[in-house]
Amino acid sequence: MATTEVAVSPHLAADRSPIVNDLSLQVGTVNGSGSQSSNSVLLRTIFQMGVPVSGKNLFPSNIAGLPTWYTIRASKHGYVARKREVDFLVAMNAETAKEDVMTLEPGRAAIYDEPLKLNELRDDVTFYPVPFDKLTATVCPEAKLRKLVKNMVYVGVVANLLHLDMAEVEKAIRSQFAKKKKAADMNWSAAQAGYDYAVANLTKQDPYKIEPMDENQGKIIVDGNGAAALGAMFAGVTVVTWYPITPSSSLVEQLIDYMNQYRMTPEGKATFAIVQAEDELAAVGMVLGAGWAGARSMTSTSGPGISLMGEFAGLGYYAEVPGVIWNVQRTGPSTGLPTRTQQADLLSTAFLSHGDTKHIMLLPGSVKECYEFAGEAFDAAEQFQTPVFVLSDLDLGMNNWMSDKFEYPTKPLNRGKVLHKAELEQLAEWGRYADVDGDGIPYRTLPGTDSPRAAYFTRGSGHNAKAQYTERSDDYENNMARLSRKFETARNFVPQPMITGEGNKVGILAFGSSNFAVLESRDQLRTEAALEADYIRVRAYPFHKRVAEFINAHEHVYVVEQNRDAQMLSLLKLDLDVALLPKLRSYAYSDGMPLDARSITDFIKNQEGK
Amino acid sequence: MATTTVPPQAPEPVPGPKKNRIGLQVLDYRGSKTTLCAGCGHNVISERIIDAMYEMGIQPERLMKLSGIGCSSKTPAYFSARSFSFNSVHGRMPAIATGSILGNTSMMALGVSGDGDTASIGMGQFVHLMRRNLPMVYIIEDNGVYGLTKGQFSATADVGSKLKSGVINDLPAIDTCALAIQLGATFVGRSFSGDKQQLLAMLKAALAHRGTAMLDVISPCVTFNDHEGSTKSYKFMKDHEEPIHDVKFIPHFENIEVDYEPGTTTEVTMHDGSKLRLRKLEEDYDATNKIQAVSRLMEAHEKQEVLTGVLYINTEAQNFVEMLNMVPEPLSSLPESVTRPPQSVLDEVMAELM
Repeated sequence: MATTEVAVSPHLAADRSPIVNDLSLQVGTVNGSGSQSSNSVLLRTIFQMGVPVSGKNLFPSNIAGLPTWYTIRASKHGYVARKREVDFLVAMNAETAKEDVMTLEPGRAAIYDEPLKLNELRDDVTFYPVPFDKLTATVCPEAKLRKLVKNMVYVGVVANLLHLDMAEVEKAIRSQFAKKKKAADMNWSAAQAGYDYAVANLTKQDPYKIEPMDENQGKIIVDGNGAAALGAMFAGVTVVTWYPITPSSSLVEQLIDYMNQYRMTPEGKATFAIVQAEDELAAVGMVLGAGWAGARSMTSTSGPGISLMGEFAGLGYYAEVPGVIWNVQRTGPSTGLPTRTQQADLLSTAFLSHGDTKHIMLLPGSVKECYEFAGEAFDAAEQFQTPVFVLSDLDLGMNNWMSDKFEYPTKPLNRGKVLHKAELEQLAEWGRYADVDGDGIPYRTLPGTDSPRAAYFTRGSGHNAKAQYTERSDDYENNMARLSRKFETARNFVPQPMITGEGNKVGILAFGSSNFAVLESRDQLRTEAALEADYIRVRAYPFHKRVAEFINAHEHVYVVEQNRDAQMLSLLKLDLDVALLPKLRSYAYSDGMPLDARSITDFIKNQEGK
Repeated sequence: MATTTVPPQAPEPVPGPKKNRIGLQVLDYRGSKTTLCAGCGHNVISERIIDAMYEMGIQPERLMKLSGIGCSSKTPAYFSARSFSFNSVHGRMPAIATGSILGNTSMMALGVSGDGDTASIGMGQFVHLMRRNLPMVYIIEDNGVYGLTKGQFSATADVGSKLKSGVINDLPAIDTCALAIQLGATFVGRSFSGDKQQLLAMLKAALAHRGTAMLDVISPCVTFNDHEGSTKSYKFMKDHEEPIHDVKFIPHFENIEVDYEPGTTTEVTMHDGSKLRLRKLEEDYDATNKIQAVSRLMEAHEKQEVLTGVLYINTEAQNFVEMLNMVPEPLSSLPESVTRPPQSVLDEVMAELM
């Protein structure tokens, strides 16, 4: 509806070339309004069209009534990290709509709820007004359901404007409401109403569109918590304990669903026990009790829970009891921002507890690794007879990611050095904490082993190689030295770092969910500044020797992480030869939002004088 | 087998050491030498545990001994050295117990805690363990003070009880038995370390129970709480113990018939067929009545009586392990073929995520 009186902003020139399969779409709604379903449908539609896509939910610590945003990024290059700029806005929430519109870059587009009159705010953005309430009323006679259905109307409008395939939209809706035919029908009508309205009333003026690709063959969409749950199930977990805490609750909740479906015997008996504990202290205590008894046990928590587990973590380390603890990190300190992401529990987890305690930590950098490391963690815990921590985060754990299909495990379960009756009775001597093999790892027996020689006394107080109580200095020192040797042995057992590129002067070191932003940033550095940066992704602590080798081979290495105090850098400083330390530079990003490529690129370009 | 051969005269059996029904001696149930103070009530309780295990014929390797921190929590070292033991952190034995029992439900579990370990730092875990009716014996060796840190009041000390230093306790005592009954424990008793027969009978019954058997055993601290003015001293207990019944336990493998006058005795059949016989000393006390039990306990506090005996028993309630509907085999020894679903399951899940 272009009129001649108004000068069109140069940002909105009609002859802009189309931008295909490269956009970030943000939907601003109110939480509790059912927008999650609509956003999932949009995500799945783009996924089904073969275009690489990722979705991020930015939500408040609240059940209903506060602003929430969902961002979908489609990228023909396969970039799945957060993109700072929003290209296409759907403004459904009156409370945030103005600010959302004002933060758009010129030339972007916004669909908005007509009564909000956002088009009056600026003239360098393409606006698409939609009378959502009127459209919703026509497809949804029941007033109380309108709030939920209203959001599916924007799916139809977006589908029309971005050229989404409506057949794929319908498929996504029917899959979303697979068990509720009536809801599926109503939502499909809502999406169609939105689409039809757009056809009849809106003229496409922005350059963004989605065209089918064929990049998603064999791919799945899953969140990291669901992936971890699957990994734990296929790793033979038998005892699971938990205390609800965002963002880790959905890990165990999904695990409960999977176990109830796939881990029942034909007689209908559970091959597992899952207990909602009274708090995190109890949750981790149960994990250690079960690990001591010989079960594969795990719990899942976040920062505040980790703090509560401190005392038991030390007992597990010192008494050498296996167990797996997932830390799906959120923004601290204290209650912090419970629904935002961070990698700021690295130091507190590494040394969790009092005394000379240090823990094995696995650092998954994708949903696939959440799946795989769930198994690696159990193997490490039982091999090293110690609590093993897996550090995921809210971004990885709760957001939807595309991934290659997970592979069925090929390695048998590693149950570690366990002496059964026959082996025990062949030994001339057995000491629970004796270092027979020189690797620091002793042999253990499990409760119930039917031999008068099997029992030993597990305690957090001083003990000698035979597990006897002792306060002797030499016994204490020897035992602590052996625990240190055991930790050294773990260096070569835990997942090795992944290295991409070699021979360049500049290196980047990152871990966990920072991976996706780093991958994209390396491309940006190459195209914008002709800067090739080699990349090492650390996947476990203790660090493998290749970490030091990588740092040594570069003039300087940017340590990229999502916390204020450069915790990975600190951990490296404790571990590395002092001569290597001047090579390290820190990019510590910490605002609670998932890390984006642009932030890294700008920082490194600036540092490199480019 | 017709034969005329006269067998050689069997030699007179040499009277060997006494053995129990599984061929073990009392010696096989001993632990290492106690390091607690001479005369400590806890040592007496350890002795009764040894007696109970011996008389019940429990295979030591089938028992897990669990404890927290404190004088009482040290005692698992002093009995049944052939059992598997986990001395954990202060107030957290219930979590270790829960995990280890779930990890291997074929094991018996016996937890030893103290009044500080249970009623103060461990209260949160204690109440939830009771609520779950986890199958185990939970003993509180209750002396009203923190012994290992030299004599501070614990939360089971009675109002008006006096420390050696003269400090008077102003806060009400937590009655762990009343709590346990209210929360769902299914075998709750109070005894006194000095009451040998009663304690032994109650321990044996507790070992036969398949649910949480919580025993609060008053166990005087000879070093810090056995003086005039203490309500947990030997003297106070001798003067104020009020047994509600005579407790007799008849294990299932002993076929003893005892006549008793109807109405004077309550007989409870335990899960393994053993019988618990409670001969009433107090008329109208019904150990299967939860409300009455709690009410009588409250009344006893008013009168400064220490009620002992099996205060509450319920052999019908489901325990936590039964609620979880697990396979009968221990989870700890399930083979990979059972705990790792086949490739087809992964394929199915992957297809759903596409």
